[in-house]
Amino acid sequence: MLPKQTAERYILSSSPHAHADASTSRIMLDVIIALLPALGCGVYFFGLRVLLLTGTCIAASLVTEALCRLAMKRENTIGDLSAVVTGLLLALNLPPDLPVWMAALGGAFAISVAKQVFGGLGYNPFNPALAARAFLLISFTGPMTTWTESAWRGADAVTTATPLALIKKGAEGFDWSQAAILKDLFLGNVNGCIGEVSALALLIGAVYLLARKVITWHIPVSFLATVFIFAMIKGGVPPLVHVLSGGCVIGACFMATDYVTSPITARGKLIFGCGCGLLTMLIRTAPTGAYPEGVSFSILIMNGLTPLINRFTQPKPFGKVKK
Amino acid sequence: MKTVQSAFKFHGGVHPQYNKDLAASKPIEAMPLPKQLVVSMSQHLGAPAKCLVKKGDAVAKGQLIGERNGFISANVHAPVAGTVAAVEPRMGPTGGWVDAVILDVAEDQSGAPAFMPPLDWKSASLEDLLARVNDAGICGMGGAGFPSVVKLSPPPDKHCEYLILNGAECEPYLTSDYRTMLERADRIRVGVEIMRKILSGPAVRIAVEANKPEAIDALMKAFADIEGNVELVVLPVLYPQGSEKHQIYATVKRIVPEGALPIAVGCVVENVGTVAAIADAVEKGIPLIERVTTVSGDGVAEPKNVRAPIGTRYADLVAFCGGERPGVRKVISGGPMMGFNVPHLEIATTKTTSGLLFFTSAKVFQYTSNACINCGRCVRACPMQLNPAYICSAVESNDIAAAQKMDVMDCIECGACSFGCPAYRDITQNCRRAKASIRAAAAAAKAKAATANAKK
Repeated sequence: MLPKQTAERYILSSSPHAHADASTSRIMLDVIIALLPALGCGVYFFGLRVLLLTGTCIAASLVTEALCRLAMKRENTIGDLSAVVTGLLLALNLPPDLPVWMAALGGAFAISVAKQVFGGLGYNPFNPALAARAFLLISFTGPMTTWTESAWRGADAVTTATPLALIKKGAEGFDWSQAAILKDLFLGNVNGCIGEVSALALLIGAVYLLARKVITWHIPVSFLATVFIFAMIKGGVPPLVHVLSGGCVIGACFMATDYVTSPITARGKLIFGCGCGLLTMLIRTAPTGAYPEGVSFSILIMNGLTPLINRFTQPKPFGKVKK
Repeated sequence: MKTVQSAFKFHGGVHPQYNKDLAASKPIEAMPLPKQLVVSMSQHLGAPAKCLVKKGDAVAKGQLIGERNGFISANVHAPVAGTVAAVEPRMGPTGGWVDAVILDVAEDQSGAPAFMPPLDWKSASLEDLLARVNDAGICGMGGAGFPSVVKLSPPPDKHCEYLILNGAECEPYLTSDYRTMLERADRIRVGVEIMRKILSGPAVRIAVEANKPEAIDALMKAFADIEGNVELVVLPVLYPQGSEKHQIYATVKRIVPEGALPIAVGCVVENVGTVAAIADAVEKGIPLIERVTTVSGDGVAEPKNVRAPIGTRYADLVAFCGGERPGVRKVISGGPMMGFNVPHLEIATTKTTSGLLFFTSAKVFQYTSNACINCGRCVRACPMQLNPAYICSAVESNDIAAAQKMDVMDCIECGACSFGCPAYRDITQNCRRAKASIRAAAAAAKAKAATANAKK
């Protein structure tokens, strides 16, 4: 019926025929860029060994990702850069003196057990970097909670213990209200994990992610606000000390905002962030608890609750009529 | 008439690259008549018209050749004088095959056209005006092609409080409505007055996106001394601002309930080009036999706004625009967000063909879909406030019931979800798939019930 030369000449596809040019790998690259200030602070405060640990974590993550995909006979996905993000985040959550082989084991665990056994990116229920950190903390409790003086070059430091360890021990005579302490906590002049010490560096990264619309404000703000309010009600240690100490800022801005393991709607994100903040403070302040810090566990617990939160926070369609 | 800024922002929306500058400055140009037209009997939403001519018939310009065939349907007229070469199924812009009148265009177009007698809208009765809109085969020219006579005949228990003129033209590249507002603002005004009379005096809101200041100026000038409650609402530039439900919200802050028409909240929305066509149908007796189509994209030599008879083949349209540039990979009937792309240029324009876009490989993105990373961009972009990601996953695992539970039927297929998806998932397409299978299942159930009833 149609002339022969009119046989299909053009590509057929479904609309839309335009795209925002966003991609998973670009998002991951943005997260990597946003973490660079924190990594830089880690190197500044703890020395070049930080780069060795970070490189090890990233390399272990990438190799494990490639091997898992090969074993699963699926396409190689190291190009989406998600394994780099996992390795980097894991490294930033390790003590600077951790033996290199433990870091490598952590990276391998994160990718294999916490991510690829579930099917890879998009299917993992728990944040792989945090799952690996929890695994290392339980397996190598000593090295994971040792903060040696040699690792830390801070001049006018609070103490060689982390601030949270001090709080847990109940350093009664300590005057937390000194402005110098807040300044040290804000800039990172304290002991702690590689990437968590400088709130300033982390906030710079978070602002970048917000500006690039990679993350929204909901989880970081609800997380940190809950910690602040909890600490305010409890009294004692100033709320800002709690917010700026330990993994709060890195957790709220970079770990809890992990897309795959957090709720998809704004309402869900607010519930998730509040839950993270509440659990963090419960773990930190529980008189019976052994852990001075609760960020990792609180996020992991909330990861587990994410499907449930999603179920109850689905959006209501425009013009929906109640039946 | 005064202008107001829209104060009501609907949820979601996206900002595609508009690329309207390719054709925005080109005045509407009438195209020389092609040798043959392909006039589809399905120019509009609803049932195809009943064909009134057969092979060999000579027809006059404006002669009725397809009769409205059902409540949601519209008349079709011969766009030019000519001879019917055939009546046979042809592929339409959306890919479906429908009966079309193949019209050999007469070389001599000097004969008297079969137009309807002119009406003076001020003295004409409401029934005559409404009958004229029906007889002239007017339907929405913005995209969906909803028959105007249906919009203008609200059910007895409903009253139209707001007549909203849709001049948003939120699809990238398209400038046919823009040029119409610039060049035919006076005709739009006449159309508004006619519609206002038919609808017994509703308030009028003219909705134009803020990126068309010249169109706003032209309309302000043409409507300067209009009486009554008439306002021009400047909408923020946001896709899909032209979506009926969202435009109603942005202009008068009313929410159309799911599954209902705008009249449910006292509104009638009509595209600006359609309003001008109503003016011509009433005052000049001309049925809807031609329209302005934007021919644009990086794959066409001279982007233009072309006034062409309905039924002009795409091949003839692009030839008038200097032809294709080398390397065209995609041809889209309509805009890039919601338009349908076509396999070849033997397809012809209809009353709803607002644009014809030619994209070379530079503008054609090819992709492989990856796993959803739950980023929520689609949820934030969806103007219907759905959860496109989860609907898409449900459809991918063939769980249509789950998709239905997540209100996939409310999806307007605007494409905002797929547009921003970093994993390049076929979200819009899967929503369409779910809608189609839900509709098919409903139709099958209805047919089954009918057969069962017949047996009794």
